Amino acid sequence: MRTMTPKCKRHSSMILKSCKLHKFVLAYTRGANNSGAGGLGCEILKNLALSGFKDIHVIDMDTIDVSNLNRQFLFRASDVGKPKATVAASFVMSRVKDVTITPYYGAIQDKDQEYYMQFKLVICGLDSVEARRWINATLVDMVDIDNPESLKPLIDGGTEGFKGQSRVILPTLTSCYECSLDMLTPQTAVPLCTLATIPRQPAHCVEWASILEWPRVFEDKKLDNDDPEHVQWIYEQALHRAQEFNISGVTYSLTQGVIKNIIPAIASTNAIIAASCCNEALKIATGANPYLNNYMMYIGNEGVYTHTFEHEKKDDCPVCGNLATDFAVDPEWTLEEFIDRLKEQPEVQIKKPTLVTERRRLYYQGPPQLNEQTRPNLEKKMRDLVDNREEIAITDPGLPFSLRLNVIFS
Amino acid sequence: MLKIWSMKQQQQAASAAEGGQKKKKVTAAQLRAQKDLSELSLPPTIRMHMPDPEDILNFTLTIEPDEGMYKCGSFNFTFAINSNFPHEPPKVKCTQKIYHPNIDLDGNVCLNILREDWKPVLNLNAVIVGLQFLFLEPNPSDPLNKEAAEDLRLTRENFKRNVKNSMNGGYVKNVQFERVLK
Ligand SMILES: [Zn+2]
Repeated sequence: MRTMTPKCKRHSSMILKSCKLHKFVLAYTRGANNSGAGGLGCEILKNLALSGFKDIHVIDMDTIDVSNLNRQFLFRASDVGKPKATVAASFVMSRVKDVTITPYYGAIQDKDQEYYMQFKLVICGLDSVEARRWINATLVDMVDIDNPESLKPLIDGGTEGFKGQSRVILPTLTSCYECSLDMLTPQTAVPLCTLATIPRQPAHCVEWASILEWPRVFEDKKLDNDDPEHVQWIYEQALHRAQEFNISGVTYSLTQGVIKNIIPAIASTNAIIAASCCNEALKIATGANPYLNNYMMYIGNEGVYTHTFEHEKKDDCPVCGNLATDFAVDPEWTLEEFIDRLKEQPEVQIKKPTLVTERRRLYYQGPPQLNEQTRPNLEKKMRDLVDNREEIAITDPGLPFSLRLNVIFS
Repeated sequence: MLKIWSMKQQQQAASAAEGGQKKKKVTAAQLRAQKDLSELSLPPTIRMHMPDPEDILNFTLTIEPDEGMYKCGSFNFTFAINSNFPHEPPKVKCTQKIYHPNIDLDGNVCLNILREDWKPVLNLNAVIVGLQFLFLEPNPSDPLNKEAAEDLRLTRENFKRNVKNSMNGGYVKNVQFERVLK
């Protein structure tokens, strides 16, 4: 320990004053003893503020539910119904001196790259794979080789019962979220025919009601998991079905848990993972000590066991494995000529490419409908199809995944 | 120090704006759908159609089996791919009311790779092949339409007759089916 501590502390708070730090909380927390990221979020925000981070933005799209109060300790009974982000921000600011917390009540996807560019670090306690993929892809995309500040380390925490994990991603430098997507254990799903014919568990009855019965009865109305009337309807159908099959245990809160896919969370697991995430944030922000490389799992459901390993960067990762490279294009080329040049590139094996930009499809090899529709583009000039610096994404049977090129008009 | 750093940032932002602002990127889900779609190898018995050609994530598929009990029928399915593809499987529904052990009267399909056995490494081709297989080998042990499954299990000949009847728009056990003959 030596006398490092005070020196390091002073050093860190000095730097931290100049950094904006950012974290996300996205919560879906209903039912007794269930908590998603909301619990993780409360812990992370508190830890960051107490660690000396001075400027924190918090994003959360959820409002406070009465069932959150047992462990989301920043909220009080009088806060029920208010946005989590706003209440959490003002509570922590009232308790911790000199910290500015800016709440945003909404989705992380509402914000653009310019917004994320202002931060030093991003910490996530998100509740879905989809949201994680989005923020990961956004941060990877923001990396600009000419601007070191554009690289925003991403710290991601997650818990599930007594298990949890924290992870450090240096976009484009180390393995990203998408690199290891295939390794995620998929949600265990029960075959549809089991739900339809031989339900054995109370959850099967709830799934039957929400997946099969709701769309049958309310053809075009989407089931809203947050609408108490909808949940009540599902609950009643599930209960009825459970009685038919002599299954016990269908309750309103079980119904909520199943349709919202709530994984039971434990407050102390959240505390452990949040602590790990915040320590990594502190180390990265200050450079005080080496940080996590790059994945730590905490397994508390069978004794206690932690393991740290390095997720490997995947060469053909669709997000970070194929960063767009500049490609000189004569604006007078036709698309066909452009494709011919691509095929001449020795380093990539392109034979039958399909090409798109974010706003239009340039050429599709198949299916026939899209091929016919895009075929006329082959004759068109590049300048009429794409803008200078626009990105073209290419897939091809010869490519493991895809290739991205930035068009540079010459 | 802080000032210099933020000035540097502003300068860089300005030069970035000059070079034309950064264009939006195609998402990983879209790219993957693009790859799967453009590399589909559909047999002549299967056609695909996009009602809105601008939207490759929603399309219909028509299967016209050239053998088996469902020969001569023309079966339509909707495919909906969401932004979490391929982490999540596409949502597939039959748009007609048909008599099939693994497809219920509302068009839900019981195919393992559409649900419990879905993996991101599987592609749309695998799903389409799987769907076609359901018409060649209806499977009575994964029943979604219990009556049809029982029918198939008990007497294959009777089931065959009922399939034929249903495809013609006839009744099977007081339920009228949609005429799906091509
Ligand atoms: Zn990656």
